[in-house]
Order: sequence, then structure tokens, then C-alpha cells
Amino acid sequence: MAEHGLLVDAFVYLAATVIFVPIASRLKLGSVLGYLVAGCIIGPWGIKLVENVESIMHFAEFGVVLMLFVIGLELDPRRLWAMRRAVFGGGGLQLLLSSVPLFGVAMLLGLHWQAALVASLSLALSSTAIVVQTMNERNIQATPVGRTTFSILLFQDIAAIPLIGLVPLLSDQASSESGGPVWLSALKIIAAIAAVVVVGLYATRPTLRFVAKIDSRELFTAFTLMLVVGIALLMSFVGVSMALGAFLAGVLLASSEYKHALETDIEPFKGLLMGLFFIAVGMSINFGLLSTAPLLVLGLLAAVVGFKLVMLRLFAPLFGVSKVQGILFGSLLSQAGEFAFVVFGVAREARILPGNWDAILTLVVALSMATTPLLLVLHDFLAARKTTASKREADVIDSELAPVIIAGFGRFGQIIGRLLFASGLTATVLDHDPDQIELLKPFGFRVFYGDATRLDLLHSAGAGRARAIVVAVDGVDECLEIVDIVRANFPALTIVARARNVTHYIELRKRGVTIIERETFEAALALGRKTLESLGVSPYEVKERSDRFRRHNIAMLEAILPHMADASKRVSLARQAREELEEQFRREQQLLARPESAGWRLDLDDADDSEEAAE
Amino acid sequence: MIDLVFAHPYPKRSRANRILLNAVRDISNLDVRSLYDIYPDFGIDVESEQAALLSAKLVVWQHPLYWYTAPGLMKHWFDKVLARGWAYGEGGSALHGKLCQWVVTTGGDQEAYSATGMHAFNFESFVPVMRQTAEFCGMKWLEPIVVHNAHRVSDKELHAVGRDYRKKLISLATEAQELVVHG
Ligand SMILES: Cc1cc2nc3c(=O)[nH]c(=O)nc-3n(C[C@H](O)[C@H](O)[C@H](O)COP(=O)(O)O)c2cc1C
Repeated sequence: MAEHGLLVDAFVYLAATVIFVPIASRLKLGSVLGYLVAGCIIGPWGIKLVENVESIMHFAEFGVVLMLFVIGLELDPRRLWAMRRAVFGGGGLQLLLSSVPLFGVAMLLGLHWQAALVASLSLALSSTAIVVQTMNERNIQATPVGRTTFSILLFQDIAAIPLIGLVPLLSDQASSESGGPVWLSALKIIAAIAAVVVVGLYATRPTLRFVAKIDSRELFTAFTLMLVVGIALLMSFVGVSMALGAFLAGVLLASSEYKHALETDIEPFKGLLMGLFFIAVGMSINFGLLSTAPLLVLGLLAAVVGFKLVMLRLFAPLFGVSKVQGILFGSLLSQAGEFAFVVFGVAREARILPGNWDAILTLVVALSMATTPLLLVLHDFLAARKTTASKREADVIDSELAPVIIAGFGRFGQIIGRLLFASGLTATVLDHDPDQIELLKPFGFRVFYGDATRLDLLHSAGAGRARAIVVAVDGVDECLEIVDIVRANFPALTIVARARNVTHYIELRKRGVTIIERETFEAALALGRKTLESLGVSPYEVKERSDRFRRHNIAMLEAILPHMADASKRVSLARQAREELEEQFRREQQLLARPESAGWRLDLDDADDSEEAAE
Repeated sequence: MIDLVFAHPYPKRSRANRILLNAVRDISNLDVRSLYDIYPDFGIDVESEQAALLSAKLVVWQHPLYWYTAPGLMKHWFDKVLARGWAYGEGGSALHGKLCQWVVTTGGDQEAYSATGMHAFNFESFVPVMRQTAEFCGMKWLEPIVVHNAHRVSDKELHAVGRDYRKKLISLATEAQELVVHG
């Protein structure tokens, strides 16, 4: 059975997820709590289905790495630079506000100052995993609270590096087995970051382009994962948080055309590993310890969560967060995070934390993660009671979101895109031909590599929030597939479609699409007009003829539409096609015989023939 | 230069306006801008229309009377070309001092344009809109050339009007030329 161990474990995790997450979501507690509860139940203190918690936790932390990579993809260097004040000012302030009272508490409990310092600083850091997952679920990343919160998390990720480095220095033993003097490790860190920047800026894009051209989705996914794993390994090797390294790599690729494809490929791995991470946290909650020292543990939990929440609530205006949102802001960041696990581990080795303190603190961290969803539920409840009277705060919408998605940026889609750009509108462009993308980039278009028939890609392209999607892909089947997906998943999105021919037009109409243009029809009509003009017919008269021709043509198409559902009728229609065409020619001839306005001759009883002197 | 702005949706089917236009179109330095031929989709190129006006000393508006005013595209031409800050309003002096000659054909005869006639008003009652359009832009309004009863009037009569029309444009043009030379 041993060789099945991995599969058995995987089955247990997946089953626990499938059972508990929907329950938690149903109860509006958020998926995080579902995972945590699942972890508690299958873990060593529950029904003991899984034992090796620590190694799983280690593996699952890669979910956090992937998550930060994806977050990085959303932030190009320009936006990141614009955030610098919020990150360093806000982040620094949060760290100070939270760690000072916690330091006091630790000293009161009789810890040595070194231990108190390490404990308070690491408890002050929050859990990026929990907070980002929660913000995503509540769709508040783009709000002011969301942005501020994220800036603080980013600072914490950066602050964790020196913090982990600090621990051995505080130890009396000054045991420096973990590699050489400080300057050397600093140098290593700088070298590693420089390597990531260089690779991210110069090597990745051409490689991605090459891989994309091979046109195998698995290969692209494999390459993406390899990239992130590689960077994470490099970073952990030099002692930088893996997540931070991945974040950096993400930022460097944020302005690349493969952004959406990368995001979409990583997404499922990220989701599953994050879930596993939360399960691992749940499993690591040591209920034995909780029952032996309930007062100490719960008291500490109350102190950690309480101080972190209250301090942020009190000083919310300093972070640019309104008073009303202060509780939400404080609750979001109230837990201690995954960095604390790492720091406590290092501290134990350096013998900074006495006795079973590291186990107690780890327990407090895990419990604090479980309190966050509960606090948010409480917050929602209180807020709902309050807002029934007062009116809702205006929705804050991400201003960078493009109102239009163009799927297919060949010669056809391009013209539409250029017209939109010229009108000051941005469009998110999806195309799966890397050559096309490369060709267009110098002209300043934002073109992304990807297959628009993928629901997840449409999601990350913002189909949920865009106003319209222009389907201008070459393939008829591909086009219809996109239309089906959009209609099923984004009913509010206006579909604008290019039809390759009449059959395609009819297929689109059958799907309820109303804004359709046959790709050759208007061009042919325009050239037909020029032909008539060149024969000497007055341009305006020609225009009227072509207008009438168009109206009639579309009316005919609409007339055969109801018969198209009926297969037998369709066959007979096909047989009739030739006769139809002849009939059509005849009718059009009659139709175009007279000019639009036959005159205004109220005062004439009889037509004056000399007037019809057309030449 | 003479800028002749001509508006007839079916110039080839026109009789009255075609005869009149043919009487003047070969005058030297006369630029005929047949709006329905140049802009059948109503997408008037404002810059080039304004450039044509600027280079002219005499502006002619010629068209059949449709619903007591100019055909739709001519009205659209007024809306687009006579822009604020260019033709009127602050800095809008591009047309100041130019001469404006209106040439119009109508379906009704003298009797129809009377208090008891089909159109209930004198023809003069329908002139002010055109006239004020020109004068609001600082142009000098000339005595209009009006051909009534355009469906019935004979080709001969139309040719006669055409000859007068031609003479008038030529003399106005030379007058303007002299003004430029001596002024
Ligand atoms: C749409 C339309 C509206 C007209 N409105 C008037 C009008 O309001 N008063 C009038 O006297 N004639 C009216 N007419 C008659 C035209 O003025 C007449 O057909 C034209 O002057 C003939 O010139 P042509 O031979 O160059 O087309 C109208 C004609 C049309 C087609």
C-alpha cells in the first residue's frame, strides 16, 4: 500500500476540500474557514487521516509563492513604484503599531527581551495567504481598503527577510552555522535579486515567445511552473522569502503580452496549493496543547488579534482608510501569518524561545488565522445592520479596466481596436498568434497571448466587468465557441461579432447575437458603389441604392432564419438556393429602379416627362 | 475666386438646376462643390470646405427649394462648416466681407406663394432664414436669383435666367477683383 500513499493523501485532501469548502461558502464564512476546519478534522488531532503535517505545510507553501507571482503579474513596475509610499509608510506604521503592544505583553509574561522582540515582530506580520484569498473572494482588491491592505502585506513580505536574518544574531550562542558573515549573505541576496531581474526582463519573454509558438498548452504550463519554482528555489537558497522572489518575477512579467496566459495557467495550481496550505494550517492546530493551557493560549490569541485589530481601527485615517472601513481593515490584517511559523522554527533552533513557547505561539498563529473569517462575518453582520439605514458607499471600480475585449487581433480586429484607441478607449486584446503580437507591439497595442475560448482566460481578461466583447477571430467554430461561453457565463457582456459568411451569420443570429457584420459584405457594397459611380450614376443616388440593397438583403436573411432550425426545410432551402438567387436579383432590380424621392410636385397633375432626363 | 456650393441629391435628374449650373460652371476661377456628389454619406470634410470658402470672395449657394429651405445636406453643411470661432462668435470672422449670392428654384409659382395660394405666404417670407444665416456670418447678402414654377418653366426661359446668372457672377467677380486691386 505504501506506493499508494501519495494518492491516498491526495484523495483525502481533495475529499475534505470538496466536503467542507462548499459548506463554509454556503454559510458565507468564506472558503478559508472551510479548509481550516477540514484540516482540523483530518489532522492528527481529528480523525488522524494524515500525520506528516510539517512536510505537507512546506510543500503547500508553494501555493503562497504562486499566489504572489500572480499578484505580481497584476502590478507592473510603474504601478508598483506608485505604491511605494503606501508600502513603506503604511507597512512600517502597521508593523510598529502592532508590535509595540505585543512586545509589552510578551515582557509581562516574563519572556526575555530577545524572545519578546522576535515574538512580537513575527506576530505583527499578517498572513498574505489568508488576506489575499479573502479579499479575492469578497472582490475588494480594487477598493481603497484593498489597496492599502495589499501594500501593507507587501511590506511585511519584505520585512520578513531581515527578521528571519535577525533571529540568529539575537541568540546568545551566536551560532553562525548558517553561512558566513552578514555582508556575504547580503551580497548573495542582491545577486539573486539581480539575477531574477535580468532573467525576468531579458530572457523570459523571448523564451515564452518561443514556447508559445510551439503551440502546446502543456508545454507552456510546464515552462511557467518551472520558471516560478526555479525562482522560488533560488530565493530560498539565499534566504529571501520565496514568495517575494516570485512576486518580483511576476512584476517583471506584468507588462508582457503573456501575462494573462501565465495567470490562467498558474491559477488552478495556485488554488489547489493554497487550499492545501490552509488545510495544513488546520492540521497543525494542536488541540492537546490548547486543552492543557487554555487560558494562556486563548489569552494570547485575544491579545494578538485584539491589538492588531484595534490599533489599525484607531489609526485607520493615517493609512488613508475611512473610519467606516476601519473595522474591516483591522479585521483583515488581524491574524498572524505563515512567516511566524518560519521565524518560530528558526528561533527554536537558535534557542531564543524557552520551553514550549514556540509550540504555544505556533498554535496562537494558527488559531488567529481561523478567527479572521469569523471576525469578517461578524463585521458583515454589524455593517449590514448599520447600512440598512444609511446609504451604500459608492462602488470603487478599478479605473485601469478596459471596457472592451477584442478576441482575435488579425487584420479585422485591428481596425476595430485602432478605432477604439483613437477614440481614447482601451481594449484588452486576446490573440493566440505570437507573431501577430510581436508585430503589433511596436505600435503600442496591449495584446495578450491566449486562447479566447478558455473561460478562465476570459475571466482574467476582465470579461466579468467589461462592457463589450468583439469576437473577430478567424475560425468560425472558435468564434461560435467564444459566443457560447460568453453567453453562458457573462450574460451582461454585449457581443459584437464578425461573420465570415452567411452560414456563420445565421449561426450567430441563432445564438441571439444581434450586432454582426459579414466581413466581406460592406467592403463589396462599397466597391459596388464605386463601380456604379464610375459609370456616371450620381454618388448620392448610388448610396441610396446600396442602402436599400443592404436593408433588403438583411431582411431576407432574417426571413430565412426561422426555417434554419428545421433540418428538412434547410435542405429544401439549399435546393431552392439557386432559384432564390435569381428571384433575389429580380426583386433587387425592381427595388432599385426608382430614386428614393420621386419629387414633390403638388402643383402638377401629370408627370412632366422632360424631367426624367437622366443622363 | 467664386465658391459655388451646390446641393441637389440627384444632379443628373435635375432640369432647372442643371441648366442654371451649366450656364456658369465654366467661368474661370469658379469652384463648384456639388455636396451630394462629394459627400453622399453626409461625411462633410469641414476643413476643405472652409478652405474653399476662405479662398473665395464670392460665395454662391445654389439648390432647389425643399420644404421651404435647403436640402438636408446643405443644411448639414451650414451646421458643420459655419462653425463657431470660425464663421461667427469670438474669433469667427473668416467670412466677413464676402459676398453671398443665393440661387434657388422652387416648385410653386408666384400665385402659390401668396396669402391665398398653396403656400400661404409670399416667397419673401421664406428668405430671411437664408439671408440671416449669411449676414450672421458677416457676409454681404445680394439680391437672390429665384426661379419659380421650376417644373413647368421652359428650357428657353431657364437658359435666359442662366445667362443673367452668368453675367452677374462675372461682374461681381471682377468688381471684387477690382476691390482687391484698388483697396
Ligand atoms: C423633397 C422635396 C421637397 C420640396 N419642397 C418644396 C417646397 O417647399 N416649396 C416649393 O416651392 N417646391 C418644393 N419642391 C419642389 C422643388 O423645389 C423642385 O422640384 C425643384 O426646384 C426642381 O428643380 P430641379 O429640376 O433642379 O430638380 C420640393 C421637392 C422635393 C423633391
